[in-house]
Amino acid sequence: MSDVDEAAPESAGAQSVLRLNGVTKRFGALTANDAVSLDLRSGEILALLGENGAGKTTLMSILFGHYVADEGSIEAFGRLLPPGKPKAAIAAGIGMVHQHFTLGENLSVLDNIVLGTEPLWAPRQQRAKARARVVELAEHFGLAVDPHRLVRDLSVGERQRVEILKALYRGARVLILDEPTAVLAPKEIETLFATLKTMVAEGLSIIFISHKLNEVMAIADRVAVLRQGKLVAELPVAGASKQSLAQAMVGRPVAPPVRHPLPPGEVVMQLAGLMLHGEAGQPLLEDLHLLLYGREILGIAGVSGNGQGALAALISGLRLPDGGSFDLLGAPVKQTSPLAMQRRGVGRIPEDRHAIGVVGDLSVEENLILEASGDPRFCTLGLLRGGVIRRHARALIERFDIRGADPTTTTRALSGGNMQKVILARVLSEKPRVILANQPTRGLDVGAAAKVQQLLFEACAEGAGIILISEDLEELLQISDRIAVLYRGHLSNPVPVEEASLTELGLLMSGHGEFEAYREGAGHAA
Amino acid sequence: MRLEPRAHVPFWLNIAAPIAAVGLAFAFCALLIVWAGAPVLEAYQALLRGAFGSVFAVTETLTRAAPLIFTGLAAAVAFRAKLWNIGGEGQLYAGALAATYFGTGLVTLPPLIMVPFLFLVGAIAGGLLLLLPVILKLKLRVDEVVTTLLLNFVVILFANYLLFGPWKDPLAMGWPQAAPIIEEGILSPLVPRMRLHSGLIWALAFAIFAWGFIRFSRWGFQIRAVGHNPEAAAFAGIPIGATVLRTALLSGGLAGMAGVCELAGLKGYLTLDLSPGFGYTGIAVAMLAGLHPLGVIASAIFIAAIYNGADAMSRAMSISNYLADVLTATALLLVLASVLFVRFRPRLR
Amino acid sequence: MEILEIFVTLGFWGALVRMATPLIFGTLGELICERAGVLNLGIEGIMTLGALVAWFWVYQGGDLWTAVLVAAAAGALFGLLHSVFSVYLGLSQHVTGIGITLLATSLSYFAYRMLLPDVTTPPKIEAFKPYPIPGLSELPYLGQVLFTQSPLTYLAFALVPVVAYGLYRTPLGLALRMVGENPMAVEAQGIDVHRLRTAAVMLGSAFMAVGGAFLTISVFDAFYIGMINGRGWICIALVIFASWRPGKALAGALLFAAFEALQIRVQQASSAFIPYQFFLMMPYVLSILAMIVMSRRAAYPKALLVPFRKGER
Repeated sequence: MSDVDEAAPESAGAQSVLRLNGVTKRFGALTANDAVSLDLRSGEILALLGENGAGKTTLMSILFGHYVADEGSIEAFGRLLPPGKPKAAIAAGIGMVHQHFTLGENLSVLDNIVLGTEPLWAPRQQRAKARARVVELAEHFGLAVDPHRLVRDLSVGERQRVEILKALYRGARVLILDEPTAVLAPKEIETLFATLKTMVAEGLSIIFISHKLNEVMAIADRVAVLRQGKLVAELPVAGASKQSLAQAMVGRPVAPPVRHPLPPGEVVMQLAGLMLHGEAGQPLLEDLHLLLYGREILGIAGVSGNGQGALAALISGLRLPDGGSFDLLGAPVKQTSPLAMQRRGVGRIPEDRHAIGVVGDLSVEENLILEASGDPRFCTLGLLRGGVIRRHARALIERFDIRGADPTTTTRALSGGNMQKVILARVLSEKPRVILANQPTRGLDVGAAAKVQQLLFEACAEGAGIILISEDLEELLQISDRIAVLYRGHLSNPVPVEEASLTELGLLMSGHGEFEAYREGAGHAA
Repeated sequence: MRLEPRAHVPFWLNIAAPIAAVGLAFAFCALLIVWAGAPVLEAYQALLRGAFGSVFAVTETLTRAAPLIFTGLAAAVAFRAKLWNIGGEGQLYAGALAATYFGTGLVTLPPLIMVPFLFLVGAIAGGLLLLLPVILKLKLRVDEVVTTLLLNFVVILFANYLLFGPWKDPLAMGWPQAAPIIEEGILSPLVPRMRLHSGLIWALAFAIFAWGFIRFSRWGFQIRAVGHNPEAAAFAGIPIGATVLRTALLSGGLAGMAGVCELAGLKGYLTLDLSPGFGYTGIAVAMLAGLHPLGVIASAIFIAAIYNGADAMSRAMSISNYLADVLTATALLLVLASVLFVRFRPRLR
Repeated sequence: MEILEIFVTLGFWGALVRMATPLIFGTLGELICERAGVLNLGIEGIMTLGALVAWFWVYQGGDLWTAVLVAAAAGALFGLLHSVFSVYLGLSQHVTGIGITLLATSLSYFAYRMLLPDVTTPPKIEAFKPYPIPGLSELPYLGQVLFTQSPLTYLAFALVPVVAYGLYRTPLGLALRMVGENPMAVEAQGIDVHRLRTAAVMLGSAFMAVGGAFLTISVFDAFYIGMINGRGWICIALVIFASWRPGKALAGALLFAAFEALQIRVQQASSAFIPYQFFLMMPYVLSILAMIVMSRRAAYPKALLVPFRKGER
């Protein structure tokens, strides 16, 4: 790696502000970080690239003192950082913007920012001074936000600005941003990038954590790639190609799951002119038209928060449309509930497997019948048929290759991938005609993700139509038949995957392009 | 120290953990006995004798266990669904009030039907009383802990009003008590010349029923699922509202039956000292049993033994029988902590 | 006696202020705990304990103000016990609270019985005397009732602005409010979540205990079994009624005390047609009604009832 360092551009003259020396962290058998050494120089943006589970967040949590490393040390501005002390990290000038914001919703922006900056036992807050400083910082870096508003009234982008202000207010010279674009709309990403450029121009240094190649290429000066806890590459962005970075990120070229293209079947789901409004009356989905055929995977791309949740709630049976029509297998949906949708052949894979996918404290066999506890196969006269349920679970564990589980294992104890397989087994074993797969591979390692995709292909081959919602464009391009983009509740005209280009999809995702509703049949290249 | 979830909980640990916790509770109370100036061993011997030392002691303990099984089941079933029913005391009185209303002459049926009928009206009264806070919880998200607690006071004051007012038995020589339950509704004695009555059989039967219901029935399964993770249960199509209402009727019903059991099994007429806090003690019974309905039988007998034993001990060596309450409360807290080590394995970092 | 006449009697206003006192202590205490994200159902038992401890201290010849401090310390100790279970071990706050109430109550009763084994009527103690505030108490009419109260009553009223200032104007108060909203935010600033929550629960419990102490060393001059009688539970309802704000908590406590003071007087006047039990039910029924009325507006501290475990995100 040292040769790469020497090849670094002009900034090589700049001094190192942060240095990680052989940081290792183990969780039980898993080595989350394996002897990682890394340098951050003054005035640069260093991208930390890696897949989910590669150890990026763990590494930064160690840096910030949330975790204590098993081995290795960290130096900030030439001084050794004591492990496990967020306060020391803050004092050393390190600021962190977590992926999940750490803000108090019912408190004002100002309160959120000044928390912890004054001695706890001070008899009085210096509010006027604090406010002046916040306003000044906000203006200087283009982070407009009213210090008196309550955080619960802010948009996601505004909340992120508060998080950045929090770090700046503490005099951060090094800013760590963990997946900062995941929650942002394209416009907000532009603003964020502009702010970051201003900061490095002022001499701040930034670590930008991401798994999105495009963004890394757009914003970073240097990139470090983590794979399975190890640092596998460190090079200037200028000399990197997307292919080589992707290769470094994934390691070996992953064998993509086998897919035999099939002629599409008949229409299994149809949405026409569909409207859905939020609690405050704001539109979540507007004039949405969509045709889903059997034996196809329709990918829904888009930045999260553009209506994916509403679309998922609709197909999951949690919401009814406020307008337009919603047909399943040729019959309109008039009333809805999760149960009603299951009965009509809709299989639902929820976005958050821990929170709503499984009941962690119940056993695997119980989670496998969670949706079907009233089914005559498993229940007679209100009593559960234990023997049948046990055999059912054994068969599914075998068929879906759920590792580390027998029927009575507590589901909580399973790994993320195996937990997802429990959900897939529950859904796919019912032979659904329509499948909603909402971020089915998020947070899984490559192997588990491939297995999940393989299972979806098999369901598809058996005739199901699949709606695949994902923020990962590359995954969508890899496994969808057609792709459409959701932007502010509008769905673009789906295009066959072979005709889709990254550029065009990117434009659509940032709201540039045609969002005319497409009509029946128009979108499907026959 | 770190806690990591266990994939399998060994059966012995489920039993050993609460026993160890109870042992610690006894050790703590030994300190109080020392403070009171009494010899610890003798005191505990007196307690044991008072609880199990004779046929009379055993029957008395079982007599006291019967209502505790009911209120323990009421708490266990509700807590399983994360429905925090702290209103067992009020529901117990509601059951007794209903049984008094119907059982003092308004309805006369042959004994074989009269007793089940009284249990039924008691259960309905208890269940309905819990329905109000539960509906408030479901519709308006009003915290049920506080409402069920406050309703205890309301119901007991209402009973107080009835017993001093319209229901006061004119033949009771001025005592605030209601008219006696008719002969057909009285629970028959189990052992000659002892107070132990068939309410115990009813309690045991309902413990087995509750266990089967939670373990094997679809509705019981749904109660467990909702209790552990309501969002996931709702997503999977389990009706949350209906499940919670069913739980409420069952839990309130069981507590109501505790009132019937005491009323029709012991004095036969309603007084204001019907329950020495059985509703509250039921919470400790349920926690000691790890919310397991069959475990409730054992823990109810255990707690009843402590109370009866403490009564005997206090007569023998001037240690206040409030020691039983201290012991129960300590055991409740320690068992609660022990549950953590059953579900999780402590690991040194 | 006409109901309206009650309002012009001086006794009513004096009773109102007196009855509000334990509710103010209890509600402020519970409010501090809940603001930090911990529901403290131990309140009923901790008030009982405070009542006993303060009474016993004075009964043994101790000084009244020291008795208040000792009661507060005993409350804080049980708050610490609550925290060990609910904060450090992250166990159910509901069950922990019930357990603490059962333990504190039974220990108090046990100790009372052991301390006074042979007494049938509870012995009286030399309690706080009403202290007329010079000047104010000489104001006509209400002056002599509002400003001739137990010093503990003045303390309760003084604590309201103190708590409000502490919560809203000091760095510690900000951290405390934040830990009830989002403990991660506090942790990220290097402040120990567990210690902060424990401190809040201990302080709140000390307040509760002083509320209980007021009853023995300022009102009844003796300790009785069952003397708290649900006052703690009412305080929990009042916290919700007050939307977790100290000022509104004071208003709620006064409103409740007004109803209580009123019902005692109406009861005396109307015992012929309305049984007294219905008047006694009033505070409990009102508490439930208050919770229903406020349910729509209730903005719970976001992290209330949610245990915080380090390294879990």
